[in-house]
Parts: sequence; structure tokens; C-alpha cells
Amino acid sequence: MKNKDKPPELQPFFDKNIAGDVVPSIGISMPRIDAYAKVTGRERYAADYYGFDMIWAGVKRAGIPHARLKSVNTQAAENLPGVIAVLTHKNISGSNRQGVIRKDQPVLVDDKVRHCGDAVALVLAEDKETLAKAIKLTSADFEPLPGVFTTETALEENAPLVHEDHPGGNVLLKASLEIGSVQSAKEHCDVLVEACFETPLVEHAYLETEAGWAQLKEDGKLEIVASTQTPFRDRMEVADALGLEPERIRMIAPYAGGAFGGKDGVTVQSLLGLAALHANGRPVKMWWSREESFIAGTKRHAARMYYRLGAKADGSLHSLDTRLYFDTGPYDHLGGVVITLALEHSGGPYRIPNVSFKGWAVYTNNPIGGAFRGFGVAQVTAAMEQMMDMLAEKLAMDPLKLRLKNAVRKGDKNCVGVTLTHSTGLVECLEAVARHPLWTERAAWKSKAGPFKRRGAGIVALMHASGYGPVVPDVANAKVELTAEGKIKVYCGVVDMGQGNAATNLQIAGSILCQNVDRIELILPDTDRTLPSGSASASRCTYTFGNALIGACETLKLRILQRAADLLMVDDCDETALIPGAVRHLPTGREIPLHRLATFMNESERTATQRFRAPTAKEIPPVGNEIRLHGFPHTLFSYGAHLVRVEVNELTGVVDVKRYLSVSDCGKIINPHVYEQQIQGAIAQGIGYALSEEVQVNEGKVLTADLATFIIPAASDVPEIESQPVEIYEPSGPYGLKGVGEIATNGPLPAIANAVADACGVRIFRSPLTPSRVLRALRERLSEGGVH
Amino acid sequence: MKLTIGFSVNGDSVEVEVLPHWNLLKVLRDVLELTGAKQGCGEGECGACTVLVNGAPVNSCIYPVLEVEGKEVTTIEGLMDKSGRLHPIQQAFLEKAGVQCGFCTPGMIMSAFALLKANPDPTEDEIRHAIAGNMCRCTGYVQIVESVQHAAAVMSGRSQERAGKE
Ligand code: FES
Ligand code: FES
Repeated sequence: MKNKDKPPELQPFFDKNIAGDVVPSIGISMPRIDAYAKVTGRERYAADYYGFDMIWAGVKRAGIPHARLKSVNTQAAENLPGVIAVLTHKNISGSNRQGVIRKDQPVLVDDKVRHCGDAVALVLAEDKETLAKAIKLTSADFEPLPGVFTTETALEENAPLVHEDHPGGNVLLKASLEIGSVQSAKEHCDVLVEACFETPLVEHAYLETEAGWAQLKEDGKLEIVASTQTPFRDRMEVADALGLEPERIRMIAPYAGGAFGGKDGVTVQSLLGLAALHANGRPVKMWWSREESFIAGTKRHAARMYYRLGAKADGSLHSLDTRLYFDTGPYDHLGGVVITLALEHSGGPYRIPNVSFKGWAVYTNNPIGGAFRGFGVAQVTAAMEQMMDMLAEKLAMDPLKLRLKNAVRKGDKNCVGVTLTHSTGLVECLEAVARHPLWTERAAWKSKAGPFKRRGAGIVALMHASGYGPVVPDVANAKVELTAEGKIKVYCGVVDMGQGNAATNLQIAGSILCQNVDRIELILPDTDRTLPSGSASASRCTYTFGNALIGACETLKLRILQRAADLLMVDDCDETALIPGAVRHLPTGREIPLHRLATFMNESERTATQRFRAPTAKEIPPVGNEIRLHGFPHTLFSYGAHLVRVEVNELTGVVDVKRYLSVSDCGKIINPHVYEQQIQGAIAQGIGYALSEEVQVNEGKVLTADLATFIIPAASDVPEIESQPVEIYEPSGPYGLKGVGEIATNGPLPAIANAVADACGVRIFRSPLTPSRVLRALRERLSEGGVH
Repeated sequence: MKLTIGFSVNGDSVEVEVLPHWNLLKVLRDVLELTGAKQGCGEGECGACTVLVNGAPVNSCIYPVLEVEGKEVTTIEGLMDKSGRLHPIQQAFLEKAGVQCGFCTPGMIMSAFALLKANPDPTEDEIRHAIAGNMCRCTGYVQIVESVQHAAAVMSGRSQERAGKE
């Protein structure tokens, strides 16, 4: 079965969809085009290339959180038969620095180790076993340095510096925003609530760990296939780090086996590029182990958040004061952008006239904080939505009514001063929850808790921005082609990491061009073939690329119809229509097949492209330029309201999530199945975040580096999830759509925390709400006399 | 020292040279290039590598390859029938949207296959229990469970409506 004779193919695998004779329409659940290859096991992920002459590359990790590197000892490994090369920073001729905003992360450590997962050496070997041995034989001499492992200690005056050259010391970025006056507003508040919340460091735990392979081609081109969300940006990063011209690098992004932000940026790419430069033209593969992914991959930032919320006696919010400390680990990665988005969302979807928000992304010697679905919003939503319940309790007000009273509506200014000019369906979402039996009948349900059980219900209101904000252009470039064979090729610029946007692209193109599924071919992101369209992130993929794609398809359609009208010698292309495989002249029924039509058109005539740039907020917010550069503020938001019912076991502390309801305003829906997938999957991740997921770190060392100790939800842990869309048409979106990728992940933690508080009368300020934390809280409450 | 062992994969007999400490997944993927079974952890914790050995689902990443001598291994690549038609479980995952990134899918389908063989009419709880060792980070399992329910209904000739309600 093994094919030793031909080199591995670069193109992702495609196969015919079984429902190939269907013409896609918008708004229907059609099977995803990628599902066929996935259910048959034929899909070739970045991790799935084997064969011709392939060698393996792997990394020697530092294993020490903070140290000066004195030397790397490669000799013993180099002497091992089967080892091809052991590379260090000395083999890198470029900047040896990577990073999206601040380039502060070495490909291979040169001066200093800043966390245990830093790469010290890169080993190339004939097979995996030799590789493992060689990595063990490689060692390094370090001069250990004192480390900083909490944001508090990192901010102390004489704290050891993670980057001596950073003007801000251990503060990667401080973001702040002031509207009105919190100081004087406080005097006008009838109630004030204050709290500090701590949320954990969390691993993405995509099933496919970081993987890829690369090859230096005979023409000098470096081809890198990687599981990535950002092929175009990766190309520039790899070029800079390795000192190559970007044109020499071709990045290809097959379907990823999950990413959730963890592949937003370089993981294996530069290492693979470097390896390929030293592999004598042989393909080199790298695939991180699960443990390595835990240690070296990025994580959702651990956060400590101080909140003070003030309101009038009638429940109208009047002032909010927040201080957010995010542990960004040793490298910027996207930490500055994360804290900025967190800041923007820290007051939730409410009108609050006086706010003072401050946020710090702080360097430490912990694992790298980076992008993770939710992107800072998951953390602040956990805080703000618990504050709302605490306020409601203090006001003796229904928590849902309190939210409704303060909810933003179209035309309002949100609490960071941005006028909401796009569809704003929060009120509709909250009203749907208010009407739902899971809410209206909760008292009866709660009263039926069995012995040693307590039941509670919790709600939250959500908002999540989409796109990059005002400075970095949120642009997509779509390209479609009528091929010489009369088929349609869609060049996807944005990676499909599992969320199904490739299939959605096919649905859009097929519906506009009226071609059935098996007449359409998708070209997945490839820097040599598709056009740059930004990252697969920020809930932007289908919004931004979809808009571009609609434009390209409409252009191509018109061109096809006009050309057909010419050939059919009719005056008006209005009389012609695309049908599967042909153009028909409607009055006469005459048809011209697309493959014939294509022969009359040259390649550029058969190809249409379209650029789309997402709208940006036009207000000039009261923040520094630095913060604008990091993406503040946004103009387009999705909204939602969640409801959860939980049952708490008083004896074990286990929180059992019984039912979950999500109502979302993410605009119109293109494919209901795919939409559901996004909502349900995000909620399951959020439930894990709420109840069990916590990367435990001691002095920079990850203690939970496997799926036995870092617990993600299994099928038996996820309840029945009901999801209702509030389909408000968003005029700027493709077919009225807004982003749906992230919003739902922000809900479960605060919803569950609110439900647990409702059930037990205690609030747990540190998540996840593990059985031991719940038990401790229950005990403390008992010893306090049971009053709360 | 390499040893030669023989077993069958998806009905074909194979002989492979292995080192005694290798696991079955390594042989399937690296040697036989059957990359349908995935590696999500390599430690028996995620189920992405699930294949059937003599009909029983195993985590092939921790299954010693020497133990497979003389046995029958079925992988996701072996589920389609000879004419290339999808197995009803595969078809159900496709139609009922049980697939997102798809990296858990082959393992998930193999576990479902073993379940439905032993229990053609499982309850939702039984399904969730049967796939509890197959981690999925994308779906939230809702549409996976629906896919298995639908497959069960199709395979036993029950109506789709009922499957949808279960
Ligand atoms: S790869 Fe075998 S159980 Fe995870
Ligand atoms: S579909 Fe991605 S892990 Fe299950």
C-alpha cells in the first residue's frame, strides 16, 4: 500500500460529494462538501502526509522557564546514526524573531529562554524513533534567571524582566479608556457592587496538534504545508525570521483538524522552513505531541479582573470601573490585541454613561497567552455577567429585567462610545429567553431537586465584535473562475479550520452561478494560488470573504451571461439565465453549454475577483493611537442571550449542566446545520471552561500536559442544547449574515456561575467551578450561618 | 530487531516488519499509510485512533502491534462497501452534520459502528456512553449523537421521523 515512488502531493484531497446534483441555495442545510472526505478517512490533513523519502523534524524544548542560554550541545545527537542535522539559532540567517504585532519570539532561542516551551534546537532525523533519541541527546547549558509567574509579581518594581529591551518593562500593553467620570458618578449611584474574578489558563485542545511538512523544491521555492489559520501572514513571518524573500515561500493550508485561535500565527511553520532548508530537498514533517502542544502552544490568557459597578435604584447602570490583568506569557503573540478586545467588551452589551476601563497584558515566564475563540471577551463576559447578577440581587430585581433595562439597541452608544449603526438584536434575544419555559417554569423545576441536590438557573447577555477594527484593514479578496472545462473554481482565501466556511463558499458560488455541487471545485488557501484574505479568526471569515465572494460571483455571472447573449445573438442578457452546466436563452429555450462558452473566453475573461473591506467604526474614541492600532473600536457586533439550568450535588460538589438554551442574533443564516455546529460547539467549549478546564502551571511548568488531567467535555458531559436564532437581517453582511464563530463560547462560564449562585446562594469568583471549589464554597456558606 | 507479523486490514492480508514496541496506529499510519485513523494524543485518552480489532473498538495508539498477529483490523477506510457506497453511519454523519474539522470523525464513526453492531437500537444515553471515549472539540456532540441515531434508524429500517425525536 505504501507509495515509495512518488513524492507526496501538495494539493488537499477532494472527492465528489454524494449529493453532487444539487444546486445550492442560501438558507438551507446542505451537507458540507468537506464531509465526504472526512467520513471516509480520505481527507489529508497536514499531519497525514507520509511517503516518499520523508524525514522527521522535532524540537528540543528548554524545559526551564527563564534562563540565559550559554551553549547548545549538539555533538552527541549529531553522532547518532540516522540524524541528518541538529540546528540552532546559529543556522538562522534572518531575524530569528516571530510575532504578529511585536516580533519578540525566537524561532530558536539565541539569547534567553523565556518559558519552558521555548525551542532550543531543531533536530532532523530519518525516522521518529531516531528523532526522539536525538532530541534527548541534545542538551543546553543555561544560566538560570529568576522568573515571574504571576501578573502581580511581574508588575512589581524590581521584578525580573522578561524582555530587557521592552520600553514598557513587563507590561506588553496597557490599554485604558475613560468616558464620563466614574469618580463623580459614584456619588450618584444608589448601589455599588464590587468583585474580583479569576479565570484560568486554557488550552485549545484541538484534536489535531500542530503539524505540517515542508520541502525545498528544485527551483528554490520553499513549500510549507501547515495546519494554520493564517497562511498569508505566516509567509511573511517565516520570510522575515529565516531571512528569505517572501516570494520564495509558498504556504498551503489544508483543512485543519481544529484550531480555535491556537493556529492563528506561526507554530511549526518557521521551524519546518528551517528544517527544509537543511534537508537536501527531502520533505520534512513535524507533528507536535500532545504534551508538546500543551507546553509550547498558545493558550487562552489567564485573567484577574477587578470590577466595580454602580447603578440607580431603578436598575439603570450608571458607572463601571474595571481593571483587567491578563497574563500574556513571554511573548506578545496576540496579547495586545486580546487585551484591547477584552477592554472593549468589558462593560458588556449595556448602556453605561460613565466608565473607566484599564487593562494590562503582562509578560511572565508562563506559557504563551494568545488567541483563543472568544479572544479576551470570554474572560470579561465571565466577570461582567456575574456582576449583573450580583447587582440584580442587591437591587432585588429580576436579573433578566435588569439586563433588558440596560440592553443596547440600534442607535444607542455602547459603553465604549460607539454608536450602534448595524443590526442590534440583543433585546430580541433576551425577550426570547424571557418567554421560554426553561425560564418561566424554573421555580417549579428548582423546587423538585432531590435530596442533597440544589437546582438553579442562570442567564447571560452577550455581544461579540467581528473583524479587525479600524486600522489593520479587514480585507478579503475572492476569486472565481469558469474553467476551460466549463466548471466553476472558487479560490478560498480564508482557511477552513473545521468551521465549514469552505462549504459555505461553495454554497454561495453555487447559488449565484446556479451550478450543482459537482460542477464546483474549491481551491483551499495557498499563497501561490488564492488571494490574500486575512486570517480565519475574529468571527470574520464568512462575513468578509463571503461579501467578496458574492461580488466576484456576480461579476463572473454577468460576464458569462453577456458572452452567451453575444454568441446566441440576442440583445439583452436579461433574457438569459445560468442553469447547471449551461446558459439558457429563456424566450427560445436555446442553450449554450458552459464548456463551449468557455472556449470563447480567455483566462482573464473567465476569472473574476473582488475585494471587500469590512466597515469600521467612524467615531474617534478617547483612546491612544496604540490602542486603535490594536483594533479598537469595532462597529459590527453579534448578540446573544443564554440560559442554563444546573443541578449541584451538595455531597460531591459536582455541577451537572441539565439544559442549555442559546438565543443568538448573528444575522441571517446561510446553512442552518453549520450555524448550529458553531453554536453548539462553542457552548461545549464554554462548559469545559466553566467547569473543568484549567492548565495548571507551577513556576512556569505545565502540570496538566495531557487530556487525562486537562479535562475537556466528553459526550456524556454535554447536555441537550437548544439553539434559537433571532434572524435579523444585517444589511452589510453577505445575505444578511453576521459572525457566529465565537460569541456562544462566552456564555457558559458566567451563565453556569450565575446558576450555581442561584442554586447554592454562594458565588465562586475563581473558575473553573470544580467540585472542590464548589464544596469549599458550600462549606464556607454553612459556617457563615447559611446567609448570603 | 524487526519482526514480521501478519494480520488482515479491511479484508486484505498484510505482512509488515515491525519493532516489538510499536503500536498498531503507527503501523497503520506510517507503514501502511492508512491515515484515516488519527492520532490526537497517542496515550489512549482521545479516541481519535479508534479502529476495530476482531470487531471490538480499540485505541490503536496504545494497542501493541504484536497482539494484532492473525487478527482482523477494520479501519475507517474499510467501511464503504465494494461499490464505493458509504456505510449508513458515514452517510448519516454527512447528512446530519456530525462533522466539523473531522479529525475525531473516523474514530467516532468506528465507535458508533461497534455500538450499533452490539446494540442496533441504542438510547441517547447509550450512544453518549459509547462515544464518551471519543473526544470532539468542535461539535458539542449534539449533531454527532443525532447522526448515530439517524444511522441506527436507517440501518434497522425504522423511519427517520422517529430517529429525529429520540
Ligand atoms: S490517539 Fe489514541 S486515544 Fe488519542
Ligand atoms: S469535528 Fe473536530 S474534533 Fe470533532
